[in-house]
Amino acid sequence: MRRPLLQRLAHGRRIAAVLLSSQYAYMLEYRAEIVLWALSGVLPFIMLGLWSAIDAGGGLGMSSLQLARYFLAAFVVRQFTIVWVMYTFEEDNLTGRLSPYLLQPLPLVWRYVAAHLSEQVTRLPFVVLLVGLFFLLYPAAFWWPSLSSLLLGMLATLAAFALRFLMQFTLTMVCFWSEKASALERLLYLPYLYLSGLVAPLALYPEGVRTFAFWTPFPYMVDVPARILAGETVPFGPSFAAMAAWAALFLPINLLLWRRGLRHYSAMGA
Amino acid sequence: MGRYLSTLRIFWIASLTAELEYKANFVIELVATAGNLVGSIFVLSLFYGRGQSLGGWSWEGALVVLGVYTLLEGVTSTLLQPNLSTIVAHVRTGSLDFVLLKPIDSQFWLSARTFSPWGLPGIALGAGLIGYAAWRAGASPAPLTLLAAALMLVASLLILYSLWFVLAASSIWFVKIWNATEVLRSVLVAGRFPVSAFPAGLRAFFTFVVPVAFLTTVPAEAILGRASGPWLLAGGAVAAGSLVVSRWFWQFALRFYTSASS
Repeated sequence: MRRPLLQRLAHGRRIAAVLLSSQYAYMLEYRAEIVLWALSGVLPFIMLGLWSAIDAGGGLGMSSLQLARYFLAAFVVRQFTIVWVMYTFEEDNLTGRLSPYLLQPLPLVWRYVAAHLSEQVTRLPFVVLLVGLFFLLYPAAFWWPSLSSLLLGMLATLAAFALRFLMQFTLTMVCFWSEKASALERLLYLPYLYLSGLVAPLALYPEGVRTFAFWTPFPYMVDVPARILAGETVPFGPSFAAMAAWAALFLPINLLLWRRGLRHYSAMGA
Repeated sequence: MGRYLSTLRIFWIASLTAELEYKANFVIELVATAGNLVGSIFVLSLFYGRGQSLGGWSWEGALVVLGVYTLLEGVTSTLLQPNLSTIVAHVRTGSLDFVLLKPIDSQFWLSARTFSPWGLPGIALGAGLIGYAAWRAGASPAPLTLLAAALMLVASLLILYSLWFVLAASSIWFVKIWNATEVLRSVLVAGRFPVSAFPAGLRAFFTFVVPVAFLTTVPAEAILGRASGPWLLAGGAVAAGSLVVSRWFWQFALRFYTSASS
């Protein structure tokens, strides 16, 4: 028998609150590690160093301020779109911890989503600190996005996180059939690294590669949100539509593999 | 010495047998390493494609630097990562006790116990790229150049090893240090590019704080046959110094080891 909608909503809200607060408390215990994880995202700054040294001669089509803002925004976007569900899931699967989770009357995926969101909140103060340090070292680059681009940028970052989570979680389903599935994540990470805009703004890519990249989901994960935050003109509608289309493609595959995988699951390690 | 070599042989054969259980991994690693190399070359081409150069290096010279980096990455996943990542677990569970009781040097045991073949594609691709790019750059295989190149490569490996080992050994105090090696790895990415391509501040950082310059740029200079005496000396000195520091650091850290729980 189904309870009335309002009651179900209240129930869902309570579950979400409990999940998020318990996961947040758990993540706070690991704050030192999370700080180190955050620090290991320095790649945009290294690339900024290279590009700004190249730019000394000019002619990039992007001013050095634009470059600095782009890479700082890319760093921030990357910090809030890091996804590690595959590794946690693989461990939970191998150690048999998955079985008690599956018995709970709650779709397992929400536990991982809550863990990721709480980890991002834990990371937030440290990211703010790093951004402050960046402006201290490079005061000329200081800018504050307008309210609309800030809100849209945050929305795009959240959408990028959701899409990346969905893609990795779809690949994670291989864990049901293989013990070392996380090796596959390395293959998914490659196009992400080179096509997302972490190493260079896509505007600096050759025409053909850029066109190709925008046919993949990767530029929407760093380049698009970063450009919105940096206050550049981005076609919002088509970008969000593309993200929605990719999500619509992966969601059914994910659900199908999840059902198939559960049937195959034999509580290994338990 | 002979005892160490024969132990090493037994160690590596045993771990090779275990690792070969996962043969599909080899294909994945090969694709991942090759893909990464293609991506890095693409990034380099972004710079060179507009007729600019990285810090005055020619395209072939920059490829040699990338080759050295790929080689080092291969060594990292073959030896450094699989071995040194276990120190944390040994400290946490207290099984470091058993390592310390073995009639063999504990630093040697911890640094060479396992051997993971999955980094070998990286080593092969890196060496291939170095050879090809050096040949295209017109480097002459004179005996003196080869000697300097070999010395600088060994120095760079020793520096890399010491950096990893010191970080891993810090787990005696901070059990959760393992992520620090991820930070190190992400900073070392700068070694894909000649150090002179960075602005002055970063260049100083990558030479004196984290010696990325000695990891890839200096060996590449030596391979291209244009290493200068002072840089060769500095490379050797940094390598010897960091090895001594890693040795001393381990002895020092062990004084603080109190085993787990008990």
